[in-house]
Amino acid sequence: MSQKLVVIGAGMASGRMLEELFDLDADGYDVTLFGAEPRGNYNRIMLSPVLSGEKSYDEIITHDADWYAANNVTCRFNEAVVKIDRKARRVISAGGVTEYDKLVIATGSASFFIPVQGNDLPGVIGFRDLDDVEAMLQAANKPNGKAVIIGGGLLGLEAAAALNEQGMQVTVLHLMGHLMERQLDPAAGYLLQKELESRGIRVICNAHTNAIVGDGKVEAVLLEDQSTHPADIVVMAAGIRPETRLGIESGLHTERGIVVDDGMQTSDPDILALGECVEHDGVVYGLVAPLYDMAKVLARTLTDEVAAFKAPEVSTKLKVTGVDLFSVGDFGDEHEEIVFRDPGLGVYKRITLKDDRIVGLVMYGDTSDSNWFFDKLKTGEDISDIRGTLIYGSAAAGVDPMAAIAAMPDDSEICGCNGVCKGTIVTAINGGATDLGAIRAVTKASASCGSCTGLVEQVLASTLGDDFVLPAAGGICGCTDLTHEDIRQIIKSRELKTIPALMQEAGWKTSCGCHVCRPALNYYMIAEWPLEYADDLQSRFVNERNHANIQKDGTYSVVPRMWGGMTTADELRAIADAADKYNVPTIHVTGGQRIDLLGVQRADLPDMWADLNAAGMVSGHAYSKGLRTVKTCVGTDHCRFGTQDSTGLGIKLEKLLWGSWTPHKVKLAVSGCPRNCAEATCKDLGVICVDSGYEVSVAGAAGMELKQTEALAKVATEQEVMDLAVAFIQLYRERAAYLARPYKWVAKVGMDWVIEQIVDDVENRAALVERFEISQSVYRKDPWAEQATPEYQEHKWADLADLTLEAAQ
Amino acid sequence: MSNWIDIAALDDIPLRGARVVKSHAGCVAVFRTAEDRVFAIDDTCPHKKGPLSEGIVHGDAVTCPLHNWVIDLETGMAKGADEGRVNTYEIKVEDGRILLDGARLLARSAA
Repeated sequence: MSQKLVVIGAGMASGRMLEELFDLDADGYDVTLFGAEPRGNYNRIMLSPVLSGEKSYDEIITHDADWYAANNVTCRFNEAVVKIDRKARRVISAGGVTEYDKLVIATGSASFFIPVQGNDLPGVIGFRDLDDVEAMLQAANKPNGKAVIIGGGLLGLEAAAALNEQGMQVTVLHLMGHLMERQLDPAAGYLLQKELESRGIRVICNAHTNAIVGDGKVEAVLLEDQSTHPADIVVMAAGIRPETRLGIESGLHTERGIVVDDGMQTSDPDILALGECVEHDGVVYGLVAPLYDMAKVLARTLTDEVAAFKAPEVSTKLKVTGVDLFSVGDFGDEHEEIVFRDPGLGVYKRITLKDDRIVGLVMYGDTSDSNWFFDKLKTGEDISDIRGTLIYGSAAAGVDPMAAIAAMPDDSEICGCNGVCKGTIVTAINGGATDLGAIRAVTKASASCGSCTGLVEQVLASTLGDDFVLPAAGGICGCTDLTHEDIRQIIKSRELKTIPALMQEAGWKTSCGCHVCRPALNYYMIAEWPLEYADDLQSRFVNERNHANIQKDGTYSVVPRMWGGMTTADELRAIADAADKYNVPTIHVTGGQRIDLLGVQRADLPDMWADLNAAGMVSGHAYSKGLRTVKTCVGTDHCRFGTQDSTGLGIKLEKLLWGSWTPHKVKLAVSGCPRNCAEATCKDLGVICVDSGYEVSVAGAAGMELKQTEALAKVATEQEVMDLAVAFIQLYRERAAYLARPYKWVAKVGMDWVIEQIVDDVENRAALVERFEISQSVYRKDPWAEQATPEYQEHKWADLADLTLEAAQ
Repeated sequence: MSNWIDIAALDDIPLRGARVVKSHAGCVAVFRTAEDRVFAIDDTCPHKKGPLSEGIVHGDAVTCPLHNWVIDLETGMAKGADEGRVNTYEIKVEDGRILLDGARLLARSAA
């Protein structure tokens, strides 16, 4: 005699379960199938192609009326079960009462609607079923329709690509820093974003939705940064929520999902559950492969076989035509990784290894070997023998180290000094200029400052192939073979505005760099894109992150700024008070004319800064690769020999330059007469006042090396001094390698060239000053005031937790 | 036996960053890598006791801010030519919360 089986939910999980069940025992159960949708089971995964128009609904039906009839399934579609009466073993729906011997809950999940005002406006839709798809298609019918997708995960991006395909203007708002952050690392996320943007889809990461607005229907989405994004429809793709209402109301053990054991049984032995509505071993699943495994197990449990569900490895593939992307396993930082990038083709592959076995894999741009790798991951094959060529996949294909250069379009500028593009150089090479000297003679490329020499050589190499032998040039660290100059030029000419973008396009050999390259790249981004790039504190050395100098015992030194070396009795009192209050063991007068408070505890930094701020003082940046001090003498104010107001000029210079980031530290001095009490002639930039004006010299050194400055120009006014100083520092900021002091950089480019750039070329000087000022609009501010706030106290300065307060067990 | 203590939300630690948990056994640095993996190790470099929590995090390693020793977060071992290791502690993330195994950290306080 057959038992009564009631199934709630006619989706993919229950559909597969019924197939398995009928295979095992076609007559064991009388099945009644409830479905909230007015239709039977279809392949929900293929909704994206239906949305994009690549498939029709009929093509994605998996179980049609004939199938249900042939298997004697009583279909109750368009009829939601509202209650489970466990005692009487029956379910209640619009059509009445249905009894069961065994009940299967497969209610799936619903779109998670982010809790903001307006999320219930007409036009705000999820992306779960055919009704959602039809609502979206209707909106797409309207000319110039605008769609905003909230959520840049798998589902959101499929919806975005499909609606874009349907002719809508699509904007994707994503809360995290890069797309599909659960499946992809930043490099692959960057490539994906680039691809979607090239199709006309707008992508905004770090987008915090504030509200959805509209009068009677949705009209726009408002972000926290106050930007507004017009929308005819808003698609919620910010995640799914297991549909557990029936489980909770009937008193089944329910956490995030309805809790099931290995046999898919709930806390009631007559009720089983599977699919997206269940939680197994603390995990809720949203991909189809594990759901099918559940179906297999549940069917066996129903037929009294012993079967156990085991959490499988799940892989992800994005179903967007023309985007090849694959992600599986643990792509976090395991012990080791192998990374392959082909910037020319936009390919990124990353394998993570643990004990000579593949544990994770991310592929973008070329997924042809994904199954080959996935297989090795699943079987846990020892790959130590093939490790050398593993990343090239089954075919062990070759790799082109010149790819970054070869990928540059002909109109990208190689030589910034003389405005020479790659195409001009290639033409010259083809015309017979086959070495660096000849290129310089014919095109002038790399004939001025020479910082693009490496790139010119690589253009030679990629054009001539084997006929050119590249002189060995050292990469900046183990992560790349490129030099600082190469990197700066690539950032500029390819307009790369994030570190992951640069690492991808320049073929970085590691996934997120190292302590050598990251600070350099962060600086280059700041220098090149001051308004667009967000300073990455985690790519900074501790001193620049904590705005104080770390000492050998882990304490810090604090140096407030004394403009031009001037101070007041009030400032000195405030410094003395701070020294007392925070138990400063050592107070030292520095060579840069200010006071160093040494031995400060990290936890005291923000409070001490707040005290110093209150007395009108700001950070002296004594810890930064940036402007340190402008040392002065007292000049005409007091000195018998003073010729100009050296203190006043020093203060003006310091107020102009403070807060700026530079490749290495920068120190200035202004002396009021040639006796040079401020020691201006061993600084990065020094000014000597004379009766007729000011002598400006640069590129001195008084550290590891001792070097006198070289004359830059003699000028008549303070304004000219300031313009020259700013232009020199900006030129240094734009051209020098990270951690090269100005004297080293000038030795490389030549003093003549520097004079040409900023003394002779007045227009260029003005342009440099302007670019510096743009950057300073962001960075001329006091980091102490910024970080001495309750918010920073909570998120940065405070301990994460204090276990000394916990009782021992 | 493990003694999981909920110490903070994952988001309380910056990506590629670390923060410190105080205990009677000393400070423990809790790291969050670029891919949201978490690690807990003693906040004391085996070389000259530098605060590892202030180092630059790259891959599954941190560079000590004092003398650039690179410490493997998973094993606590110094990488490259340097030799030394720091204690590691069991740690995991559940539902966006960081759970640290207090078994050793609390036990020592009782001793």
